[in-house]
Amino acid sequence: MQALTNRLKEVDRRKMNFLERLYLIAIFKGMLITFSHIFKKKPTIDYPEKTRPFSPVFRGLHILNRDEAGRENCTACGLCAVACPAEAITMEAAERQVGEENLYREEKYAAKYEINMLRCIFCGLCEEACPKDAIYLSETFAPADYQRKQFIYNKEELLIPHPIENAEAYKKALGNRVKKETVN
Amino acid sequence: MLLAIDLAFIIEKLVLIVIVVMASLVIAMYATYGERKIAAILQDRRGPNRAGPFGILQPVADGLKLFFKEEIIPDFSSKFLFILGPSMAMLTAIMAGAVVPWGNQIHFFNRDISLQIADVNVGILFVFAVVSMGVYGIMIGSWASNNKYSLMGGLRAASQIISYELAMGISLIALLMVTGTLSLKEMVVQQQTGYWNIFYQPLGFLIFLICAFAECNRTPFDLAEAENELIGGYHTEYSSMKLGFYLFAEYINMFVSSVIMATLFFGGYDIPFLNEANYDQNWMALFGLMALMTKVVCFIFLFMWVRWTIPRFRYDQLMNLGWRVLIPLALFNMLLTGALILFKQNNWHF
Repeated sequence: MQALTNRLKEVDRRKMNFLERLYLIAIFKGMLITFSHIFKKKPTIDYPEKTRPFSPVFRGLHILNRDEAGRENCTACGLCAVACPAEAITMEAAERQVGEENLYREEKYAAKYEINMLRCIFCGLCEEACPKDAIYLSETFAPADYQRKQFIYNKEELLIPHPIENAEAYKKALGNRVKKETVN
Repeated sequence: MLLAIDLAFIIEKLVLIVIVVMASLVIAMYATYGERKIAAILQDRRGPNRAGPFGILQPVADGLKLFFKEEIIPDFSSKFLFILGPSMAMLTAIMAGAVVPWGNQIHFFNRDISLQIADVNVGILFVFAVVSMGVYGIMIGSWASNNKYSLMGGLRAASQIISYELAMGISLIALLMVTGTLSLKEMVVQQQTGYWNIFYQPLGFLIFLICAFAECNRTPFDLAEAENELIGGYHTEYSSMKLGFYLFAEYINMFVSSVIMATLFFGGYDIPFLNEANYDQNWMALFGLMALMTKVVCFIFLFMWVRWTIPRFRYDQLMNLGWRVLIPLALFNMLLTGALILFKQNNWHF
């Protein structure tokens, strides 16, 4: 019969002689192998202190974006909710009042915006659907929690920190993301 | 006067006993840490590193956890024996340290204090007697559990000890023929002036080492707690600190047998290539103790290294190795040693 690979090894079925029955030589060989592992590099990443570097297209937790002046980009058009295959996004729209121009970029905004992180499959279709660059997927994981209802993230948890009032946190949240071309 | 009570002597011995017991407990504690670290390193992992720097407080956390666990004594067990089991395992494990010479004499408060709790002139026999009692802890505990898996584990432990104690004893007889003494202290003194016994008895040492693995119930001879066949083995029914005692006794046993091997074959507290008599007595005793501990640490590392290298023996392999390989080898070693000694004594030439 022809062998499938060239690594075929004949099984040695002869009786063990006295030296082999002592197992000592085999044990010593094995011990040398394990000893060599002392000097091997450990693949573990010390997780909470260090994190694995992600690729730029990694899809983690969602972030609701603001523009440079700190105004929310979202206009509550609902395209993300429609695009979402897991139906994880709900929102309620509201009209911008006079005097709220510094809060919302356009005259319609999302009064309520919720993503159910237990339903979300992190496919990133909401980011692709968004015409206003209002939502994108960051490099953070969904963190653990004790209650299911804590996984329904509301607007306060999703919004990026204010770029002027809280510049440092904004920069950190932004990470090294390449900004998408906005269609205004 | 023979019966006059020497108070200082009693205090000195009491302090020594406390120190030895505490030291073997602490060393056993950190042996568990070492075990986990070495296992991790040999398997390319990091091991415990959360509790304290480098995870140094991990054994404390483990101990606390065991203490706070619920203590369960099964209804169908024999209560007295159930508690006696782990106590005996622990007691016998600690007792063997009594005759070990930890170092030479130190000079304190105008007294020569020997760093040995009792220099019994049949020291090695005492060690053997006590260490073999350790299996009673396992047997009693497993029998009292009234659980078939425990019983199987206990039976295995008992048959294993019987099979390997024989080879161990015979290999030791060869050593005793060379040294001509049973006292551990005298053996060390002999090795300090002459060569270490490992050079006279390499084969004997090898047999002794293998049997020590079996006596300590360590891999590859840990059939008594083969979890994939026997659930937990002899300690299936145990929980809380009683389980802790069993696990702890194993590590103390390992420590004690390392000490015994270092003393019998590697010169005990002897520092190689150094004549201790030329230097200050107290410092030399301290350095001697450190030398002994270094040897012990090497042995403990060997125990763990072997454990994380090779799998457990099958039961028939274990018995084959014990009866058909080790005992003939030990007998051969004994005959060879006896013949060589005879040749030397009578100045026979060929």
